[in-house]
Parts: sequence; structure tokens; C-alpha cells
Amino acid sequence: MNTELLGIATIFLATVALAIPLGHYLAAMYRGDRTPTDFLAPLERGLFRVAGINPAKEMSWQQHLLALLTINLVWFFWAMLVLCTQGSLPLNPDGNASMSPDLAFNTAISFLVNCNLQHYSGESGLTYLSQIVVIMFLQFVTAATGLAAAVVVFNALQNRSTEKLGNFYNYFVKSITRLLLPLCVVIGVLLAFNGSPMTLHGKQQLVTLQGDSVAVSRGPVAALVAIKELGTNGGGFFGANSAHPLENPNYFTNAVENVALALIPMPMVFALGFYLKRPRLAYMIFGVMTIGFLALLAPTVYYELHGNPAISSIGISQSLGALEGKEMRFGAAASAYWSITNTVISCGSVNSMHDSFMPLSGMSQLLGMMTNAFYGGCGVGLLNFFAYLIIAVFIAGLMVGRTPEFLGKKIEAREMKIAVIVTLLHPLLILGGTALAAHTYAGNPTEYAGWLANPGFHGFSELLYEFTSSSANNGSGFEGLGDNTPFWNISTGVVLLLSRFLPIIGPVAIAGLLASKKYIPESAGTLRADTATFGVMVLTVIIIVAALAFFPALALGPLAEHFSLY
Amino acid sequence: MSSKEQSLFQPALVSEAVKQAFVKLDPRVMFRNPVMFTVEIGTVVMLLVTLGLLVNPDATQGSFGYNFTVFVVLFLTLLFANFAEAIAEARGKAQAESLRKTREETPARVIDEKGNISSVSSSQLQKGQMFLVEAGEIIPTDGEIIEGLATIDESAITGESAPVIREAGGDKSSVTGGTKVLSDRIKVVVTTAPGESFLDKMIALVEGASRQKTPNEIALTILLAGFTLVFVLVCVTLQPFAEYSRTPIAISAFIALFVCLIPTTIGGLLSAIGIAGMDRALRANVITKSGKAVETAGDIDVLLLDKTGTITIGNRKATHFWPAPGVDERQFIEFATLSSLTDETPEGKSIVELAREQQVSPEVLQPRLQGAELIKFTAETRSSGVTLTSGLRIRKGASDAIRQLVNKANQPFPQETTQRVETIASNGGTPLVVSENDRVLGVVELQDIIKPGIQERFERLRNMGIKTVMVTGDNPLTARFIAEKAGVDDFIAEAKPEDKMTYIRREQQEGKLVAMMGDGTNDAPALAQADVGVAMNSGTQAAKEAGNMVDLDNDPTKLIEVVEIGKQLLMTRGTLTTFSIANDVAKYFAIVPALFMVAIPSLRALNIMGLHSPQSAILSAVIFNALIIPALVPLALRGVAYKPIGASALLRRNLLVYGLGGVLVPFIGIKLIDLLVGVFV
Repeated sequence: MNTELLGIATIFLATVALAIPLGHYLAAMYRGDRTPTDFLAPLERGLFRVAGINPAKEMSWQQHLLALLTINLVWFFWAMLVLCTQGSLPLNPDGNASMSPDLAFNTAISFLVNCNLQHYSGESGLTYLSQIVVIMFLQFVTAATGLAAAVVVFNALQNRSTEKLGNFYNYFVKSITRLLLPLCVVIGVLLAFNGSPMTLHGKQQLVTLQGDSVAVSRGPVAALVAIKELGTNGGGFFGANSAHPLENPNYFTNAVENVALALIPMPMVFALGFYLKRPRLAYMIFGVMTIGFLALLAPTVYYELHGNPAISSIGISQSLGALEGKEMRFGAAASAYWSITNTVISCGSVNSMHDSFMPLSGMSQLLGMMTNAFYGGCGVGLLNFFAYLIIAVFIAGLMVGRTPEFLGKKIEAREMKIAVIVTLLHPLLILGGTALAAHTYAGNPTEYAGWLANPGFHGFSELLYEFTSSSANNGSGFEGLGDNTPFWNISTGVVLLLSRFLPIIGPVAIAGLLASKKYIPESAGTLRADTATFGVMVLTVIIIVAALAFFPALALGPLAEHFSLY
Repeated sequence: MSSKEQSLFQPALVSEAVKQAFVKLDPRVMFRNPVMFTVEIGTVVMLLVTLGLLVNPDATQGSFGYNFTVFVVLFLTLLFANFAEAIAEARGKAQAESLRKTREETPARVIDEKGNISSVSSSQLQKGQMFLVEAGEIIPTDGEIIEGLATIDESAITGESAPVIREAGGDKSSVTGGTKVLSDRIKVVVTTAPGESFLDKMIALVEGASRQKTPNEIALTILLAGFTLVFVLVCVTLQPFAEYSRTPIAISAFIALFVCLIPTTIGGLLSAIGIAGMDRALRANVITKSGKAVETAGDIDVLLLDKTGTITIGNRKATHFWPAPGVDERQFIEFATLSSLTDETPEGKSIVELAREQQVSPEVLQPRLQGAELIKFTAETRSSGVTLTSGLRIRKGASDAIRQLVNKANQPFPQETTQRVETIASNGGTPLVVSENDRVLGVVELQDIIKPGIQERFERLRNMGIKTVMVTGDNPLTARFIAEKAGVDDFIAEAKPEDKMTYIRREQQEGKLVAMMGDGTNDAPALAQADVGVAMNSGTQAAKEAGNMVDLDNDPTKLIEVVEIGKQLLMTRGTLTTFSIANDVAKYFAIVPALFMVAIPSLRALNIMGLHSPQSAILSAVIFNALIIPALVPLALRGVAYKPIGASALLRRNLLVYGLGGVLVPFIGIKLIDLLVGVFV
């Protein structure tokens, strides 16, 4: 048991150790300072020349959002086109068919919003061309979109008053050329050397020890898994995601993938501090996120290591923990750690089946997605955190007897309105969606019996999980839910679109509004945002705003299940 | 002044507030407060449910008695919230009325253009009319003196018994209705139309007719509306969740959960806090022209303060005689006294006083002045003095003025005297050189006396993060000395009115908020430019129009109090918001298990308070939610105490008291109420 705990502690500490220098690099790179990757400048210049973009032209926050939304729309049509025609396009050695338009729609949206909810199995549903030019392409560009939006916010929070917030395309392209691509090469090579396939050949025929003849799916797996984790995308090459032995061959690759998925969200926090020359602010944010993360991790690891009391009661040894739905090569602790990192960070890849976790572990996974700001997704995690921060600043500012201000900018009615809308959206989509599903199911349990593998409390958790995962743009599934029906495809599709773009537009708009305000120098009466006290305030706001709203729902799902089990 | 320490709940005000609490139930009024408006809707629904049960009993909704009790408690919640606002209004109004009462109907002697005098009631006076007042008469209304000078007893307004001098022209030309002329006769022009004085405007603000929400209040209302919406969502979605779990939930339980979760505490007290802020300003004898001004005062970064009267006590005093080399000290003192005996300025008087202390009797010297020619101080000569009948010329003045006289007569200006003059100036004093027939006799040192306790006040301001700036007509050397001694952060020396303006603009360009106090017409532009401009009531009408507050006491240190009142106002809102929201934790733990306990027995584990039964749990939570509002009214009216201990320490303190307290208090409160309620349910 101690080795297992040591294993996850090592993974966490390795991530933090890499995050700080990487944060320095990101700050310097986005600021345009000299970095070791400057040799890539000619490549970027070439790309800008071909596209006819002047990367030095500064944009207002509205122009940033316009650029962001426009290119997203273009990518959507591109993805639809390829997915609907992939059967007759090259790089299809296994002869997979084109997608039906509704499945293509669902897949395009899901990858466009960095959620990667998959209603297909990669082995049979996609060709290698689609894996590369749709799936991997979107995994790169959506991560870069989130990063660019976050850098716009960094830019807006400086000690000055301006409308000009840098060039969107500049941040976007640099995120790919100088961050995602180089790191993916390293991770991809590590995976390939440990047994992940990297080939364009079709299925491999082999004869098993039993003498059966089987065809094993393969493809450019190592490359896709690298960006799947690094870009906090989560959509796997194979249906079984990182539980699949070719997608995640051993404990080492498990650790590499687990580090990789936090390798941008965590450094981005430090990058914020270094970019603004307010490192203490970054430490405060990192502290709050880490406390939240550990508070969700601890019970999960505890309950998974101790196994299921119902199984213990029939005399079966649980010395290795609750192993149902887990891979023996990872064990209970590493699976628990993976599940929490993948839910607090909106990556959503799985190396074990969340449906089989103990009830309180399931609740921790849900809470990770409900708060959606403990590290969070590529760039967008910080944006979500920013909205909570604004609310905390407002209440705390009043408490010290001044009109609330954040980094020298006054928080007024307009900023408050946007922050409130953004934070309201998440419970609205989750509770509203779950309520709709619960109502539909309760109205006619026999007709919808196919939805839930387990009715009762656990079934309620399954409904809740599906909407939480969609709204958090997480993409992981609780499984046990028959989600390939029109109801689920449409309802989650709507949730996906709303929950991706509004939480980007809102914080960028707040930051843009703040940027154009007068900068007020700090004085002894100013509330400092970089103190532990303020950190407590932010954590309290997150708990009360994000977690408490879900208390009744959690009581009917995981809590009821937990208390009937223990 | 004694009336200001009155208790929070005077019987007369309370009965008026209770009446108003019912009047304010009007949905058109309630609509302004989204949080309480939703409670009102919930109360109406509960009333309908209760009435429905009378006609058609339904076991799933609980007994009539239980539902009726929930309705009554919700109704009380509304009344308590309305009462909080009404009592704040009543107190503010009572305070303003007590000031207005000083203006009884008095006959005014109005003069028309032709000079005819007629008697008109004070309430009939129109703006622009002129009237006469003489010693012993009450001034009928606010106005500005256009002719004459008078001593006036303003104690009715300020509580200060010492009479003040008001005269035409200059910065002390305003008179206030209700004050009494003690001597002389003045001609006054009416400056405000009846019913439009600052006091009238203030009363309208307090009464709510013209009360507008301040920017901070709007932002907070948005946040509270957001919280309300989240909990609308929580309660609405609970119905399908309950359907799924086959747990029927009574309507009363839904409404109870909703009312308990939304921030009713702060929602109910929000407007009371704002009114109480203006009321506290009024109790400090400051009339504010808008609620926003009080709020802005809490945000002030820079405070411009006049030296005289604020930092130093009134005028300079003679502290030392420094004879020139070779001059007999006693002779020097005698000549200095002779030159000052006819000098009516405070400086002149203080020289005579100092001479008396040094055993030079002015009475003995007095006869020598017979038939002497008095030389008045003029801006050109910058000196004054006497020429005795013997032809002896004694002059006293600024060192460079005397130096000119001396040089013209080809007399030496002693080196020692020059040094002494510089030493005095660099020590913050004012040197006055005395000469006899163009020969330098010595230097009289005048010193400013810094007000006792002013250093501590500036220290307090510094801890609040406020920069203090002293404005003075003194030369930079003197100004620096006094600035250092008093502990101000910056100073404007040899200040002209436009210097204030430039300074304010510069600070504002850096994003800072500036407050200043002023009285003269030439202060008016700066008062208008400042974010908080406090005009003295004795000041000119122009100054009073330009500022956004008027100080009835004419007390220059009042700015400091105003800043604290502003900070208190914002803090009270912030802490009560925190308290209100923190309460939700306990309320969840009271109501959620109560909702599901019967259908899902395993959820009994969530009943960590061990509440008696689902019904008693819900009732206890609602009762607690109602009672906490009146319990916090005193805090809302008095305001949370401000301590200048730095923002982070203040946040830590308030987070502990109101955040942690807000989590713990309802656990205890609900449990105690449940013990009581459990006896009946």
C-alpha cells in the first residue's frame, strides 16, 4: 500500500517540479522575450505570411473573441466534411465506413469544444486520416484556443489601462509551435518506446496461445495519446482510452500520461504570476487549487485502497483495494489519482471505469468537474478560476471597506454581471440537464430502462455524471449509461456548446473591461489578492458557489449510496 | 449634541417603523429588492397552500397547523426585513427633522429694490429676495450676507456655544436659518428656494423617494440576484430529482428550503445599511447630497487638508524674542511691544502677551503711544508699526521687507540676525524683524502650534492607506517643518487656489480618489473636482453648491470621520453578505436530510445536528432565518467597527468573525430552536 502511495506522490511532485520552470518559459514565450525556442520564429513567420496575418497588430477583447469564434466555426465545417467522407478518403487500411451525419455532428462538436465525449470506438469508427486531420488536429487547436484566451486575460491584467491586448493569432500559433508540438514529440517518443504503436499499417493478424486468430487494431497511437493528455482533451485512440494496453502499456507510461495532462494547466498558473510579475498571486492560486485537488484526492485514494465493504462481507480479500473496473498494472491508488486529476483538469481520459469506483470517490470526481477550476483545462481552467476570483474579490473588497478592486482595477456592476452569469451557467446546465433526464426517466422507467444499468442511487449518479462531464467539457463517462440515443446526443450536445464558449467569452470580456479602466496604485487600504487570507476567501467562494448548489443532488446520488453501503 | 447618543430603538420611531413595515409589503415597493420579492412570492404561495388545506386536507402536504406556521414565519421574515429598512429611514428622518425644527416660522424683514421694508413669513421667502436681521433676531432662512458683519450664535445647528463672526465678502459670508444674530446688523440675500435647502434634499434621500442605488449597491444586488437564481435552480430541479427517487416533497418544504438558502439576511438589511450610513454622517453633523458620496468617502486615497485650523490651532503665536547683537534685550522687547499694542492681529496680540510674561508691562508702555501715528500692514510694504510723536519710527515685518528699509538707509543688516531668521524659518516658525529708525533691533519668533493628537490621526489615516496632504500659504521651508512635525505625507506650500486644483487633477490622473474641505468661493472649482468635496456650512454658497457634502460644524478634521463612515458602510455590506451566505451551510444540513430522511433512511446520517423530526428541522431553519434579521438590525444601523489594521488583517478578522461565525452560529441557533420546537411538533 505504501508503494502505491509513494507512486502517486512521485507523480504529483514530478508534475509540480516540471510546472515551475515551464511556467517561467510560458511567461517569457508569450511576453515575446528571448527563449530557447526562438529558432522556430522563421516557421511562424512563414505561417503568418501564408495566412496574410500581421502578428504585431494588437486587438481589442472584442476582436480577440471574434477571431476565436470565427476559426472555431471553420474548424467545425472542416471536421464535418472529413468525418462524413472518410470512407472514401486515403489512409483507411481497415476499410472503416464514413460517419452518419448525426454522429459526425456529435463528434465534431465534442472535439471542437475540447470535451472529447466519444459516441464511437476509434478502432472501427474512424480512419487514420480522420484520427490525424480531425481528431489530432482539433486536439491541438482547441488546446491552443484556450491558451490564447488565457494569455489575453494575462495581458489585460497588467498595471496599465489599454484597449490593446496583443494578437490572438500570435498567441495561438506560438502555443502550438513552441509548446504543444515540442512537448508532444517528447511524450510521443516515450510512449512509442514503451510499446504504443506508431504506424499507418492496418490491423495486425496474430495467432494467440489458444490458437485463435485475431486482428489487433493499431495506428498512429503514440502521437495521438501525447496530445490527448497534453491538450487536456481526453479522447482516446481506442474505445477503452488509457485503460487499453496499447494506449497505456505500463505503470511508467501511466505516470508519463498522468504528468502530461497537468503539464499545461499547472504551469499556466505560474505563468500568470511571472507574466504579471506577481509570483505571489500565482502561489496563492496554485495553493487554492492544490488544496481543492488534495481534498478530493484524499477520500478517493482512501476508499479505493480500502475496497468495497459489501465484497469484504462475503469474505473476499480486498487487500489490493477496490479492483473492479481497474487495470492490475496500475493498481487502486494510481487509478484513483488518475481519475481525480482527469476530472479536476477537464481532460477526461480514463485508465479505469469510474462507474465502478466507491460512491464517495464518484462524488469526488463529480465535485472536481462541478468546481472545474482546480487547475482545470488548458487555459480555460484559469478562466473559470478567474470568474470565482472576481466574486471573491468583490465580497472581500467590501469587507475591508473599499470599493472592490482586483490588481488595481475596480470591479463594478458590469463585471459582476458577467461573472455571475458565468458561474450560474454551470449549475444551470448540470442541474437543468439532470432534472430533465430524471423527470423523463421517472415518468416511464420501463421505456427508458435501457438508459441505466443500475437504477436507484447509482443510476442517479450516472445521469448526474453525464451532464456534469459535458458541462465541464470533461468528456469522461461514468459508463453504465446507455448514452447513444437521440435524447443524450442532443441534450449533451447543447450543453457542450454553451459550456465551452460562454465561459471563455465571459472572463475575456471581464478582463477586457478591466483593462480599459484606470489603474489605481495599491495602498495600505487596498486588499491584496496574493495573501493566504484571500486564498481562503476564494476557496470559500468556490465551495459555496460551486459545490453547495449541488448538495441536494449529491445527497440523492453518491451520498445516499455511500450511507446505504457503510 | 446630547441627543445623538440616543438608543437605537426609540418607542416613537419603532411604532412608526412597524406601521411602515406593513405599508412596504406592497409588491410594487418590494420589487426593488429582488431577494425579498421572491420571499414575498413564496409567502403568497404558502398562504394559498394553507388556505387550500382548509378546504381540502392533503396528508402529503402536512397538517394545516404546520403549513400555517411556516406561512406565519415567512410573513414575519418579510416584516422584519421591511422593519429594518423602516427603522433606518425613521431614524434618519428624525435626525434631519430635529435639525429642520430649528427653522421655526419667523417673520423676516424683506427689503425690495426701492428699499421698502415689509414683513414676510420665513416660509414665504423666495430665492433672490433680501432681508435684514439685527442683534437678538433669528435668521429666517439660509442666505449669504451682502452687507455688514455680525456675531452669530450657531449653537442650534452645531452645538458649539462660542459665537462666530460672519461678514459680507470673503469666505465666511453664509448664514444658516435658525441661528441667532448676537450683535450688529446684516443684510442677507436668500440663496435657496423654500423646500430646496440641503437639509430638505437630505430628508428626501432618506425617505427613499429620490434614493438611488449606489454603484456598489447595484453590483451587490446583481450578486445577490445571482445567488437567488442559483437557489431557484436548486429548488426547481429538486422536484424531478425527488420524482426519480420516489421521495414526495411537500410544497412547504420546497419554499422553506428556498427562502432559507437565498441571502435573505443581507437582502433584508441592504437598504437599511445604506440609509444608516447617511444617518451616521448626519449624526456627525455632515449633510450628504447623495448616498454615493458617503460610499466614495470610504475609497478616498488622498486627503487635502488646510494647515490652519486642521493641523495647527488657529494662528501663530510669538514664542521668543531674539535681540540683535549689541541691543539690550529689555529695550528690544519694549519696542516690539510698542509696535504691537495697536496691532489687532492674533500675531500682534501674542507678542504683547509674551512681553507680559517676560515682565514688560504693556500698561506702562501704553502712554508713550499718545499721538503716535499708526502704520497699517499693507501687502506692498509687508510691515507695520508706529511713528511716535518723538519722531521715533518703529517697524515690524517680514525680514526681507525690513532688510529693504535698512538697506535704503545704508544701515547694516547684522549677520547674526540673518542667521536667526533662517533658523527660525527652517524650524517651521515665522520670523518678524523689528527695527527702530531703520536700525535692526532683533527678531520675534512666531510658531505654529500643532493640534494635540493630530499625529495619531494621521498615523491612523496612513494605516488606512490614505495619503494626507497639507495645504498652506507658508513658504516651503516652514511648510516642510510643520508637515514633518505633524506627520503628513506631503504638502503644498505657498498655495494658491489653483494649486489645489492642479494637485487634485494630478492625483486623479493616477487613478486616485481625492477628498478636500473648503469654504471659499475660490475653493469651489477644486471642491467640484474632488471626488469628495466637503464644504463648510460657514462657507460661501458657491462652495456649498460645488461640494457633495456640507459640514455643519465647520470642523476641518471632519473629513477623517467621513472617510471612516464610508468605510464602515461598505464593510457592513460585505460582512453581512458573507454572514448571510455562510449561513447556508448549516441550513443545508438542517433541511436536506429533513427532505429525504423518511423515504431514504440512510440519509439520516446527514442529520448531523440530530434535529428532532423533519418538520421541526424545517421550522427551526425558517425561524432562525427570520429571527437573524432583527437580531442583526443593530449591527446594520451602527455599522461594523472599522479598525485601521491593514486590509489583509481586516479581511482575516472579518472572515473569522462573520465567515466562520456565519457557519457556526446557525448550527447552534437551529439546534436550540429545534429543541424548543420539538416540544410542540
